[in-house]
Amino acid sequence: MQPSKQADEPTTAPESSAAGARHRGVRVLTFGDVFGRDAGGIIVLLILFGGMTLLSDQFLTGANLGNLARQVAIFGIIAIGQLLVILTAGIDLSVGSVLGLAGCTTAELLFHGVPIAAAILGGLAVGAVCGLVNGLLVAYAKLPPFIVTLGMLGIARGVVLVFTDASTIQPLPESFSNIANGTLLGVPNLLWLFLAVVLLVAFVLRRTTFGRYVYAVGSNPESARLAGVPVRTVLVSVYVISGLLAAVGGVLFTARLGAGIPTAGTGYELNAIAACVIGGASLFGAKGGAFGAAAGALIVAVLNNGGNLLAVNSFYLQIIIGLLILVAVFFDQFQGRIAAGRGR
Amino acid sequence: MTAVQAVRPDDGAAFVSLQGITKAYGPIQALGGVDLELRLGEVHCLAGENGAGKSTLIKVLTGAIRRDAGEYTVGGTPIGNPTPAEARAAGIGVVYQELSLLPDLSVEENLLMGRLPAHRGITRPRELRRQARQMLARVDLRELDPSTPVSALSPAVSQLVEIAKVLGQDPRVLIFDEPTTALSENETSALLTRIRQLRDAGHTIMYVSHHLEEMFAIGDRVTVLRDGKFVKSAPMGEFDHDSLIGTMVGRKIESLYPAGKRTIGEPRLVVRGLRRSGVDGTIDFTVRSGEILGIAGLLGSGRSELLQAVFGGDPITAGEVRVDGKKVRPGSPRQAVQAGLGLLTEDRKTLGLLLELSIRANTSIANLPQLARFFMVNRGRENGIVDKYLGNLRLRAASWEQPASSLSGGNQQKVLLARWLATEAKVLFFDEPTKGVDVGAKSEIYQVIGDLAAEGLGVVIVSSYLPEVLGLADRVLVMREGLIAGELSAADATEQEVLHLASPGATPISRVGALPTPEPDGKPTGGHDATE
Repeated sequence: MQPSKQADEPTTAPESSAAGARHRGVRVLTFGDVFGRDAGGIIVLLILFGGMTLLSDQFLTGANLGNLARQVAIFGIIAIGQLLVILTAGIDLSVGSVLGLAGCTTAELLFHGVPIAAAILGGLAVGAVCGLVNGLLVAYAKLPPFIVTLGMLGIARGVVLVFTDASTIQPLPESFSNIANGTLLGVPNLLWLFLAVVLLVAFVLRRTTFGRYVYAVGSNPESARLAGVPVRTVLVSVYVISGLLAAVGGVLFTARLGAGIPTAGTGYELNAIAACVIGGASLFGAKGGAFGAAAGALIVAVLNNGGNLLAVNSFYLQIIIGLLILVAVFFDQFQGRIAAGRGR
Repeated sequence: MTAVQAVRPDDGAAFVSLQGITKAYGPIQALGGVDLELRLGEVHCLAGENGAGKSTLIKVLTGAIRRDAGEYTVGGTPIGNPTPAEARAAGIGVVYQELSLLPDLSVEENLLMGRLPAHRGITRPRELRRQARQMLARVDLRELDPSTPVSALSPAVSQLVEIAKVLGQDPRVLIFDEPTTALSENETSALLTRIRQLRDAGHTIMYVSHHLEEMFAIGDRVTVLRDGKFVKSAPMGEFDHDSLIGTMVGRKIESLYPAGKRTIGEPRLVVRGLRRSGVDGTIDFTVRSGEILGIAGLLGSGRSELLQAVFGGDPITAGEVRVDGKKVRPGSPRQAVQAGLGLLTEDRKTLGLLLELSIRANTSIANLPQLARFFMVNRGRENGIVDKYLGNLRLRAASWEQPASSLSGGNQQKVLLARWLATEAKVLFFDEPTKGVDVGAKSEIYQVIGDLAAEGLGVVIVSSYLPEVLGLADRVLVMREGLIAGELSAADATEQEVLHLASPGATPISRVGALPTPEPDGKPTGGHDATE
């Protein structure tokens, strides 16, 4: 073991006495208080929304918003799962493949006459198992998350291509398709689901012990372990949740198209990571939130949707989204540096 | 040997001179008007407590940081604000506290890193080997194969390789920053001899160490810093042990430690037959209610490892740990925390703090299960706990929501302290509790430790700073080679006795089959004399 020695000074000099008072009591709750780090993404989203409304008559119509909601929901749900993994300083590259595998599992079960509820549970179970394998390999075998989930990306996609023979599974029952295409109170079911997932995960991250542990593990797993945090359980859990949410995405994808498509979800992992990063999550862990990731997912979706409406070449949209990721990370680093300069 | 020899030592003339150096990190003044003169052919010691500004001053000398103000001349010529490369070119070489060698590369590559002999970008292995052998010969390492990876070397040999590397740049000034922390006694005296040779060859040596004995053994002159300020510069002979400490601290040290009026009661922590992998033997000890147990020993004697093993941070191969009579499942810090143990780790940044997270989250993390109902954290109770414990420790921060990384070392330590106080632990382990902490926070931490014991907790303290162990503890266990070499009662323990037990040669008493309880006077139960 490398003997560590004390750094001799800056941390030890006398602190400024000005920082004595804690301001408490009544004060106005600001936007930043509620959303914290997520605020930046939400502001960008609002600006984007306003801009699009001005630029295109069709943007703020019921039909288009419904369309937008369906586009964003599936990949937003995956992004939320991805966020949990990223908060522990990990990454889950397998979500796109797991989406495909889980969706086709459900489709195959339905095709063979299994009841809808059981078929959905079957698909979700497959996703959770994929996540469990990822989690066990990361937490107990101590393999790097990037490698583990890269392996799972290939395996899950390979498995689905083998058992479907790379062909689409259809037809599926009408009532199954209604799950993704129906509406409740005029709002698409998919959006309700997305909203439920975001609110649930936001609550878990902010208010539960598990949520605190996720941030602690992402900040410093060794410190967390020595503070009594069940680090391995937390790690396994986030990968299982990510796999499960990818499977939810897969079932919804299958329901929306009314068919099991073996190549569904290809490339979604990168979109999910992009949504988290644009929404303020740090790939080094411990920074980010559910509202931010949701805002990130919406930003990407609005850009795509708006691009279509304004007939912008979709290749340019890719460039814009790429730039957005760089700007988001740059802004984050810049902020970090300012804070560091002030604090020390 | 080098061009350095041509220059004759010249009494009184400064070769390197720093005048009125100041340096601030944000609001914190690390150096405020420090003067330093290094003469040719002398060993100049730099003395001061942690946080006195020694490392900052070294960084100014080597160009690692830019000073805010002050004059810096070498050989009478001002050299401005040098970059590290310019400082090296001016003749300043430094043997770093933390070795700067790359462990996976070979000795020869390390020696010549940055100027590897090459022809049009293709390296020349034979030339590399030749130059490396020459450099190693200067520190009498002719036997060492230059292709050995550095990770295979002992600390003492790595240190010599490091010195050879610095000497390869023909420096006139050599700075040694805590060079002996990883060395045994024999290795240390060999190093001091080597340093004297370098001085006699005309080099100027600046020697920085926490070990006063080394300074007295080798120093010609000494400069004392306190709280970033210059205190005194004088020939070593003007000081004795006590007056040097007095100058460094600026007041009497005894007042730092809380007066002990504690009642020692029932055993709270009982460790029996604890065996760690790689250590041949077992460890038994008991900590009683109201008692402070000190654990002393040299670096690498297994002090921190013992705490980690009892706490469940490291696996054990045998033995049992009981807290208040209840057995603790080994190998799990989570179980240990639930059983009422707490460990304030030695390395705050890598083993203690969650730097990105808020002060509040850092304080409550070990206590969350108690603050939660149905897995939901009760924010009101959480804030109450944080206010209570951090308030009592007089932590100065703008808000509990600011990240832990924004705090100074002493305040970070208070956050960790509050974390364990909040768990209402029954037994607390402190591993180097005052490392990198300024004097003010130090005495507050001592006060808290004393209060905790007075409240009836069992307290275990590990420290490399012997006066701290002897000042705080009721009883001292001395460790050597992973085992307990002896036990002393703090009242009649002296530094010499502790060092005697800690040094190789004396026989550990807790070998397999040995008595579980040490002899009352703590002397080794037998074997050969310690000084062989």
